[in-house]
Amino acid sequence: MQMRQPLVESPNGTMELSNEEIARYSRHLIMPEVALDGQKQLKAAKVLTVGTGGLGSPLALYLAAAGIGTIGIVDFDVVDESNLQRQIIHGTSDLGRPKVESAYEKIKDINPNVEVRVHEEALTSENALEIFEDYDVIVDGTDNFPTRYLVNDACVLLGKPNVYGSIFRFEGQASVFYAEEGPCYRCLYPEPPPPGLVPSCAEGGVLGILPGAIGTIQATETLKLILGIGEPLIGRLLLYDALGMSFREMKLRKDPDCPVCGENPTVTELIDYQEFCGIPQATAAEEENGVPEITVQDLKSKLDNQEEINVLDVREPHEYEVANIGVRLIPLGELPQRLVELDQDEYFVVHCKTGARSARAVKLLQDSGFQNVYNVKGGITAWSEEIDPSVPKY
Amino acid sequence: MPKVKIPTPLRQYTAGNPEVEVGGATAGEALGNLASEHPDLKQHLYTGDGTLRSFVNVYKGDEDIRYLEGQDTEVAEGDELSIIPSIAGGRCK
Repeated sequence: MQMRQPLVESPNGTMELSNEEIARYSRHLIMPEVALDGQKQLKAAKVLTVGTGGLGSPLALYLAAAGIGTIGIVDFDVVDESNLQRQIIHGTSDLGRPKVESAYEKIKDINPNVEVRVHEEALTSENALEIFEDYDVIVDGTDNFPTRYLVNDACVLLGKPNVYGSIFRFEGQASVFYAEEGPCYRCLYPEPPPPGLVPSCAEGGVLGILPGAIGTIQATETLKLILGIGEPLIGRLLLYDALGMSFREMKLRKDPDCPVCGENPTVTELIDYQEFCGIPQATAAEEENGVPEITVQDLKSKLDNQEEINVLDVREPHEYEVANIGVRLIPLGELPQRLVELDQDEYFVVHCKTGARSARAVKLLQDSGFQNVYNVKGGITAWSEEIDPSVPKY
Repeated sequence: MPKVKIPTPLRQYTAGNPEVEVGGATAGEALGNLASEHPDLKQHLYTGDGTLRSFVNVYKGDEDIRYLEGQDTEVAEGDELSIIPSIAGGRCK
């Protein structure tokens, strides 16, 4: 077996396991690769999971069960119905509660020996270094580019390993970014994609089980690093395709010109990651190029007054099947070919799920010469919340 | 002809195909042909001035073409190019 320098030294002599712990960890203790010494290393280890969502759920559960002594959890979100399809650390009875609260209780129930440190706040450039400092390993289970770059840079600056995982629909990525020994996230992706170009899971969906597969890979890598066993994913990007049920592996190299871990780093402190990822610029551009909007209340009164308006739904047919308000469906992708079906002198109101796709449809109609086109603010989600709760929210 | 593996986020632009065969003797040619056969893919791979977007990584086999000959990396029958885009998902709300 490959041996590395363990991340956490054996605390032999200063830390003992109780009889309860020895019984609990029996299946570890009988493996020579872990054994009593290794179990004590796990107990001495401090692991921070950033996010207690899809990836953070299996991660925190398995780390707790495996006997990691201190688990930190960072999240500021509350449990929502749409989380329950994959975020297995939270249950139906936790709806509306802060995620860190339900995660705390679940971890403590699985293993009361774990010290859980709760950070109920958003991770920012102001607090990241202070929060990370106390931990041996940082596990990235976040859902957005600014936080991913923030986690990466903070780990590089502090010399800590960043156990990375990311998911979309049926596909996942995992790696260990550890600048002390190999490449960092920026060596792989020097720049973030512009906002809006890469769909989020909220837009594109994700197979509920997928974060289970990737999160448990992250948990496995975390344990291996702490114990110094096996070959970590340093310098390797693991790609998992659930549909093809295949794993592939790509080589990652340290970029000597990397702005944060390269030979002459230009990023020597945490920066403004919203700015770096172009979020404020995109919001400003959106406001400037904004399309005319109509609220769901206005739409309701127009419909009630039987005004002559055409309402279009530009979502996909499979979404229409889940929830609709009985209006004409033309999926956004088909709209350019189907413009001939529409009279450009008439009044159009366009909706989608939350308003982003319909804004693009409104722009397209305007560019094609339509004068009276309005985007339904908040989409069918707002309709469900504010007008007709019998329309399911998905 | 080399094969190009299409990642999930981009499959909507290749009619759902996870793998596409395209002509071309270099990685750059193959990607160019891919983009002309699937025009909607173009803006996701290239910037306005025609350079490959920096957050789109292209691999030949398991090697990043940045560490081979970049766009000039030779590709032959049976070679596999993979597009590896950045994805952020994890704590999806």
